[in-house]
Amino acid sequence: MPAISLAKAPQPAATNPAQIRNFCIIAHIDHGKSTLADRMLGITEVVEARNMRAQYLDRMDIERERGITIKSQAVRLPWRSGIDGQEYILNMIDTPGHVDFTYEVSRSLAACEGAVLLVDCAQGIEAQTLANLYLAMENNLTIIPVLNKIDLPNAQPEKFAAELAKLIGCQPEDCLRVSGKTGDGVAELLDQIIAQIPAPTGDANAPARALIFDSVYDAYRGVVTYVRVIDGHLSPREQIQMFSTGVRHEALEVGVISPEPLASKGLGVGEVGYLITGVKDVRQSRVGDTITTYNNPTKVALAGYKDPKPMVFSGLFPLDGADFPVLREALDKLQLNDAALVYEPESSAALGFGFRCGFLGLLHMEIVRERLEREHKLNLISTAPNVVYNVTMDDGKEIRVTNPSEFPDGKVAVVNEPIVKSTILAPSEYIGTIMELCQERRGILLGMDYISEDRVEIRYDLPLAEIVFDFFDQLKSRTKGYASLDYEDKGEAEGNLVKVDILLQGEAVDAFSAIVHRDKAYAYGVMMTGKLRELIPRQQFEVPIQAAIGSRIIARESIRAIRKDVLAKCYGGDISRKRKLLEKQKEGKKRMKMVGRVEVPQEAFVAALATDADIEKVKAARKAGQ
Amino acid sequence: MTTSFYVHIPYCIKRCGYCDFNTYTPSELQDGATLEIVSNDYIDAVLKELNAAPLDEVPTIFFGGGTPSLLPADDLGRVIAAIKVRNGLAPDCEITLEANPDSVTAQKLARYLEVGFNRISFGMQSAKPHVLATLDRTHNPENVKRAVDMARAAGFKSISVDLIYGTPGESLDDWRETVENALALDIDHISAYALIVETGTKLAAQIKRGDLTMPDDDLMADMYLLVDELCEARGFTWYELSNWAKPGHECRHNIAYWKNNNWWGLGPGAHSHIDGKRFWNVKHPTAYKEKLFNNQTPIHESEVLTKEQVASESIMLGIRMREGLAVSMLEPRQLELLGAYRENGYVELVEDRVLLTPVGRLIADRIVREITF
Repeated sequence: MPAISLAKAPQPAATNPAQIRNFCIIAHIDHGKSTLADRMLGITEVVEARNMRAQYLDRMDIERERGITIKSQAVRLPWRSGIDGQEYILNMIDTPGHVDFTYEVSRSLAACEGAVLLVDCAQGIEAQTLANLYLAMENNLTIIPVLNKIDLPNAQPEKFAAELAKLIGCQPEDCLRVSGKTGDGVAELLDQIIAQIPAPTGDANAPARALIFDSVYDAYRGVVTYVRVIDGHLSPREQIQMFSTGVRHEALEVGVISPEPLASKGLGVGEVGYLITGVKDVRQSRVGDTITTYNNPTKVALAGYKDPKPMVFSGLFPLDGADFPVLREALDKLQLNDAALVYEPESSAALGFGFRCGFLGLLHMEIVRERLEREHKLNLISTAPNVVYNVTMDDGKEIRVTNPSEFPDGKVAVVNEPIVKSTILAPSEYIGTIMELCQERRGILLGMDYISEDRVEIRYDLPLAEIVFDFFDQLKSRTKGYASLDYEDKGEAEGNLVKVDILLQGEAVDAFSAIVHRDKAYAYGVMMTGKLRELIPRQQFEVPIQAAIGSRIIARESIRAIRKDVLAKCYGGDISRKRKLLEKQKEGKKRMKMVGRVEVPQEAFVAALATDADIEKVKAARKAGQ
Repeated sequence: MTTSFYVHIPYCIKRCGYCDFNTYTPSELQDGATLEIVSNDYIDAVLKELNAAPLDEVPTIFFGGGTPSLLPADDLGRVIAAIKVRNGLAPDCEITLEANPDSVTAQKLARYLEVGFNRISFGMQSAKPHVLATLDRTHNPENVKRAVDMARAAGFKSISVDLIYGTPGESLDDWRETVENALALDIDHISAYALIVETGTKLAAQIKRGDLTMPDDDLMADMYLLVDELCEARGFTWYELSNWAKPGHECRHNIAYWKNNNWWGLGPGAHSHIDGKRFWNVKHPTAYKEKLFNNQTPIHESEVLTKEQVASESIMLGIRMREGLAVSMLEPRQLELLGAYRENGYVELVEDRVLLTPVGRLIADRIVREITF
């Protein structure tokens, strides 16, 4: 067997860089990356068969359940090449596959010399994979194209080999064929990684330079920092220094992931591993920073990364107002591990106290919320997501708006909104449908290419706000699930945007305001006033509901005054029952929010603002509370 | 101090689709049994229960159900006689019988008068056959007039009919016809109730399945305003939310409920209210009889009302009546809340009393919720 026992394999800090290969796997969510990784752990025998479990490297429950990878991981795999019979150390750096986590992908790429491009040969390449592939090619990584799931009955390896060859500029026969499920071709893939991907180079005698590519908070050990050593050497008990801040720490432990953390005597040139300094906040061990030694510091930092910036904002409110401190604590904890998460306290007349949170994208938002709910036992309501607007007033004053209710009322000169460059891959029969959707969403066509005879790549500039508003769901449903989407930040552009306010009895309700394109303001107004008419119970007087841009009313509805709220019969035996019923109804009334003189049930706010899932949850909570 | 009596007769020949009252058909109680078999010792049980009741003089007795007119007049008469002997009846004691228009005869009616009844209330519900069919009622609408005339001829001084509005499929015109039909009868009193869909009834199942659709609140409200208008025009004055009477024919028994007087309910599932304590009997007739024949109390549960509950109930019940609420029984906060309703035409202040207007009566529960509990 080409596996080498850990004890006999080259040891960390004592491995010749020529024996090291650092690679990552680029793949779409369900293209089998975790299964292939499991198989690699198995055949290299770093995980014993009896300890093996599916998606071994996905540590969070959410990762396993959703079949996605959120945080990067780096595993050291010893392997004896089947080609030259030599011993090697393969460092597999796991990467997330979702557009929201592109910044994590770019970190992983910077720590590697090569990438395995893994594509499900029943589905073909997806837009996000393509984006990551381009990123890897820009970073001059060696690409090894691999078709996965060759065991599937509907596999089309020839078709997708041709597609990959065209994208990368190789021959279709260069595409390896594997099955993560059966293990077919996995040993050959490891051999090819060794044969094709260059060994890392670096100066062992130069001052130490290591790139931080991930930083994870562990409740027991504090921050665990993942590094790739470029030059020099890192040793335990040594004083290390963060290049950007000059802050000094002691490296309490240095080690490799194998795939459990394994303390080592250090890390040498080209090696990938972790270090622990005892700091408690990931921001003190910033991703992209360069680590050097205090005694012999480097003068030149490694190229870092752009800080991820929040693109999507949403208010998170605890269903039970008393949970506000719990939510604050939970967000603080989560941020230890997720530098991309930003938040600040917010209060809403409708929903009480909560936080306005910034996320990388919709999936990031969903995952944060799910973790808050699951790991911190919180019941949350989230408001409809929105993007950031930069508003310039006539007097030149600039205002950054992350919450529609902050949109200024005065004379607005220009409103800028974030634009993304989006790439959509789909079977060519859906070109018309996709173009129609993108036009509806204010898209500007950039170009279109056939990536194979019946699959196209369509590129559009789109306002991010349009993507945030159910674009992906629409794309999937209109293309029977075949289209995939990727997008990247492309700065901002002026938009013909207005704030639509919703007024109850003439009073604007902050939570219902939205920033929309002028052409869609009327539709939004009609939709929201109609929705509220259904959701708000009839009051003792007629309640007008209006949608307005500034002082101009664009849509109106009214809730007619209540006509009947009485039980006709009330005789002897009914009296107790009736009293109890009224007492109970009075309890329900306490959940009403007063907006001016109008009683609005909290459910109405939720239903008007939130997702269907939220509405179900509120109903369930009400039921349990009764 | 006086104590009114309610006597529950928990038997019906057939259960109506909308009804969730505590009543049973003979075969529900005992396979293949007749009414005579299941009810033969029922009055004995009621008389045993009577032993526990207060000995105050009795201003009103009301026989409800179920269908009290199913039992022989002499059986019901035994209860009246026992109360008379034990407590003594007030000189003007009102004694009401609920009756099915189909199950009365001139002979039976005469006998009811002889045993002491002086007021009769017929379950008319509707004049429209399609409405009666939806309600699952068996009687022929023409029998109502016959029954009312027979009752008058027999000598009943006070005659009432019960009506139901808001049945699925009933139009405002259907309802107008029903009310006019009722007002054309030789009666002194009308009760009109909005149909309530009670869970577990056949009607509830039909609505859930989508076979029937309940009218919306606006139609219900219009129906209420219509019956109020028609009754008032014919000299029937509203004196409680769902009740209209010619002067002097208000049901004094029901007024006792609404004024929180003392009253004792005899029979399974019957409720009592004595001096701020409410209690109620075991529900099933068999269990009820068993308890009593084993010399146990049939009381199932009881509650002693707190001061706040007594106050809330007084408002809840009082506001439904023509006299409304005395300003003196309301706190400033409550009066302030009522101010908005007054502005919107739901309540009015007449001298020192807060009264509901017709549209206010339609949202009485909402108002009560807002100012109490």
